[in-house]
Amino acid sequence: MNDRILMQGNDAIARGLVEAGCAVAASYPGTPASEILSSIDRWRKKCGATMHVEWAINEKVALEIAYTAAISGLRAAVSMKQVGLNVASDPLLSAAYLGVTAGFLVISADDPGPHSSQTEQDSRLLAMMAKVPVLDPASPSQARTLAATGIELSEAFGVPVMLRPTTRVCHASQDVDAAPFRPPTREARFVKDPARWAATPVFRRKLHDRLAEKVVAIAAWPATAPIRVNPEVSTAKAVVASGVAFAHARELFGELGISDRIALYQVIQPYPLHTAFIDHLLETYADILMLEESAPVIEMQIADRRRVAGRMTGAVPGTGELLPEIIERLLSRFAGLPVPVEALPAQGGGRRPTLCPGCAHRSSFYAIRKAAPAGIYPSDIGCYTLGINLGAVDTVLCMGAAVSQAAGFDYAHRLSGKQVDIVATIGDSTFYHAGIPPLIDAIVQGARFVLVILDNGTTAMTGNQPTPGTGIGAGGEATAAVDMEGLVRACGVRFCRVANPDRLPEFVALLKEALVHAREGGVAVVIARQPCAMVTLAAGGKEPGAIMITGECTGCRHCVDRFECPALIFDEAANRVRIDEMTCTGCGVCVSVCPVGAIRQESAGEKRS
Amino acid sequence: MSADAGKPPPMRRQIVLSGVGGQGILFLSRLLAEAAIAGGFPVLTSETHGMAQRGGVVVAHLKVGGFDSPLVRTGRADILLVLKEENIPLHREFLADGAALIVNAPAPIDAGPRVRVHAVDADAIALAAGVPHAVNLILLGFALARIGGGNASGFFCTAGEIREALSRRQGAGGSMVAASLSALDLGIAHGT
Repeated sequence: MNDRILMQGNDAIARGLVEAGCAVAASYPGTPASEILSSIDRWRKKCGATMHVEWAINEKVALEIAYTAAISGLRAAVSMKQVGLNVASDPLLSAAYLGVTAGFLVISADDPGPHSSQTEQDSRLLAMMAKVPVLDPASPSQARTLAATGIELSEAFGVPVMLRPTTRVCHASQDVDAAPFRPPTREARFVKDPARWAATPVFRRKLHDRLAEKVVAIAAWPATAPIRVNPEVSTAKAVVASGVAFAHARELFGELGISDRIALYQVIQPYPLHTAFIDHLLETYADILMLEESAPVIEMQIADRRRVAGRMTGAVPGTGELLPEIIERLLSRFAGLPVPVEALPAQGGGRRPTLCPGCAHRSSFYAIRKAAPAGIYPSDIGCYTLGINLGAVDTVLCMGAAVSQAAGFDYAHRLSGKQVDIVATIGDSTFYHAGIPPLIDAIVQGARFVLVILDNGTTAMTGNQPTPGTGIGAGGEATAAVDMEGLVRACGVRFCRVANPDRLPEFVALLKEALVHAREGGVAVVIARQPCAMVTLAAGGKEPGAIMITGECTGCRHCVDRFECPALIFDEAANRVRIDEMTCTGCGVCVSVCPVGAIRQESAGEKRS
Repeated sequence: MSADAGKPPPMRRQIVLSGVGGQGILFLSRLLAEAAIAGGFPVLTSETHGMAQRGGVVVAHLKVGGFDSPLVRTGRADILLVLKEENIPLHREFLADGAALIVNAPAPIDAGPRVRVHAVDADAIALAAGVPHAVNLILLGFALARIGGGNASGFFCTAGEIREALSRRQGAGGSMVAASLSALDLGIAHGT
C-alpha cells in the first residue's frame, strides 16, 4: 500500500490548482475538460477552503469571472474545451494586454482525433495569437505540477497563462503524488487604474509593447525550459516532443533501444519557445524530428527549416491524433531501424452511439419527423446531436447555431419564394449558452420557424452538470433558477408552449400547431420538458411496467429504424422485434410508435413472468 | 523485455477493456488501477468519454508497471476483456501473441491459434441472478478465476486484492459493496 492517489488528468489539474491556493474557478462543461471543475469542488471541500466555484452560462462568462478575480488579487482559473476557447477568445485576447495581479490559469483541453469535438484545433495557436504562454503536460502527474507552475508563471509576469492538456491527459488516470493544500488566504483588493483596466487604444499600444517584453522574458524563464531526457548522449539527431506525444516517444525510446543514439527533449512550454533552446537545437543537431499535437507550434518557431522535419514538412501526418503506433513508425524511420507495418487500432466501426434507452429526446425527434416530414432540421451540440440517427438532425455547426441557422434557412429560402417548414432543436444548456441572442435576432428580423428546446434539466452529454435552470450550483448548493418560459417570452416569442414529448400523440399535435404559427409568420417555441433518463434512473427512477412484443409484430422494422431505441432489437431469424431486458427502462413510449399495436406495456407494478 | 538472470522480471501488464456505453468499463478500469496502486505498481489508464459513451463502443487501456504512454499499442495487450462480443473484430488487433481474450459470449469463440480464449455468458448469468448491471464484475471474476493473478500470464493482482479494492472503493460493510462482491464471486464460481 502506498499513499499515491489514482487521479484522472482532470482531477490532477484540479488538485494542483487547489494546492496552489486558487480562490475562484469557473467553467462551462465540455469533453474532455468537464471533470476539472467538479473535481476542484471536491478537493475544496476536502481541505475546507473557501472558494467561489461556478458552472458559468458559457465559456466567455466563465473566463471573465475568473479573470476579474485575478485582477482583484486572487488566484483564479477557468477551464473549458478547445471550442469553448473560441467563445472565450474575445476576453482572453484583451486580458493578455491588460494582464493580472494574481495568478490566472486558462485551461483549454484539446481533442486531437477528434474523439468528442467538432474540430482538432490546437489551443496553443490561440495562445500564440493572444501572446500568452502555454504549458503542455504529458501525463496526469505532470498536469498537476504544471497547473501550479502556470499560476506561478502568471503571477511572476502578470500575464494570463494557458494550460493545454489533451484528451489523453484529461482522461488518462495515473497514480499521482499529492502535496498539502494551501487554502487561499489573500484578500481581494482591486486597485483602480482606469488607464490599464479600461484602456483606450492609445494605452493599448503601450500595453502591447509591455506584453511583447513579457513574452521575451518568459522565453528565458528557467522553470518551464525544455527537459533533456538523455543528456549523456552526443549525437547529430534529436527528437523534440511535447504533450502526450512525448509520453509515447519516451516509452518507445526504451522499447526501440534508441536512447543512446538520439537525443530526446520534452518541451514544457511550446509558446514562447525558449530562445536559448532554439539556438541550442540549431547549433547541435543536423536532423530534428518534431512530435506535437495538433498543429506545428514548436516546429514553426525553429528558424532554420532545413534541419527540421515535422507536421509542416509532411514528415509527420498533418491531421489526426499522433497515436503511439504512428510515433513508432516515425521514430524507427528517423533512427534508421526497420519500419514496422502500419497496424492502427480500429477507428470508429462497431456499434454507433445512440440516445439512451428511455431518453425523451428520442420522442421529440420522432414527433418532429411526424409533424414536419419535409422539414429542414437544424440542431446543435449535445446528446441530441444523435438525433441524426433518427433522421431529424440536418445541421450541427457550433453552440447556439441551431437558432441562427433556422433563421438563416428561412431567409435564404424566402428569397427564392419558397416556404419550408423548419424545426430546430437545441438543448436547455446550449440554449442558455448561446441560443438567446440568435432567438432575439430572429424575432427582430421576423424569421419563421419552430424551435424545440429539449429541456431535460441538465447538461447530460458531459456528465449531468447543472444548467442555469436547474437551481443547483457546482457544489450541490441551491441557487436561483432561470424561468425558461419567461425568458423565451421576454425575447419576443408569442407562441411558447411546454409539453412532455413522451406523450407522443399530444406532442405531435402541439408541433403541428406550432408549425401553423410559424408558417403564418413568427417563431414558435416548444419546450420539450422531461428529465434526463439517466438522472431519473440514478435517482431510483419510477417503477414502470414491462414492455412486451405481441405475436402481432409483422417485422416491418418501423420501430427499430425510425424510433431507434437500443432496447428494441430486430431478430433477423424470427423476422420480428424483441425487447432487450438488459437495457429497457420501461418508459413505454414505443407502445404508440408501433403501427400495428404489437408493443404493449404491463401496468406498473405487475410482475414479469 | 529482458529478464535479469535470477531475478523475476518486473511486473508489467497491458490490458484492454472493450464494451459499449453503460456496461461499466470505466468502473472496471478504475477498480483495476486502484488495485495496482495498492499493490505498489505505477499505473496508467486511458478512458473514452463524451459522445463516444452514449451506448457506442467504449474502450479503456490499462498499463501496470513502468510505462509512460497511456495507450496500449496494437499487438501489445496481454489481456483483452470483451464485454460485448460484437467488439472482437474491432479490438482483437490489440492482442499480443499468447495473450488472453476473455469474452462475454454465449458460445466459445475461435480467435486463432495464438490466443487463449475464455468465454462465459455473463449476460445470462447476470439476468438469472437479477443483477443486469453487474456483467462487468461477473466477467472480471470469471477472468481472475481462469487466468489467475500475480502470476506470469494472468492479472497483476489476485481476486482477493480486487475484493479489497472494491471494498475500499464502495466502503466496506455497505449494501453496494456486498452486491458487488457477490457479482465478482458469481463470476469466479463460473470460472473455477
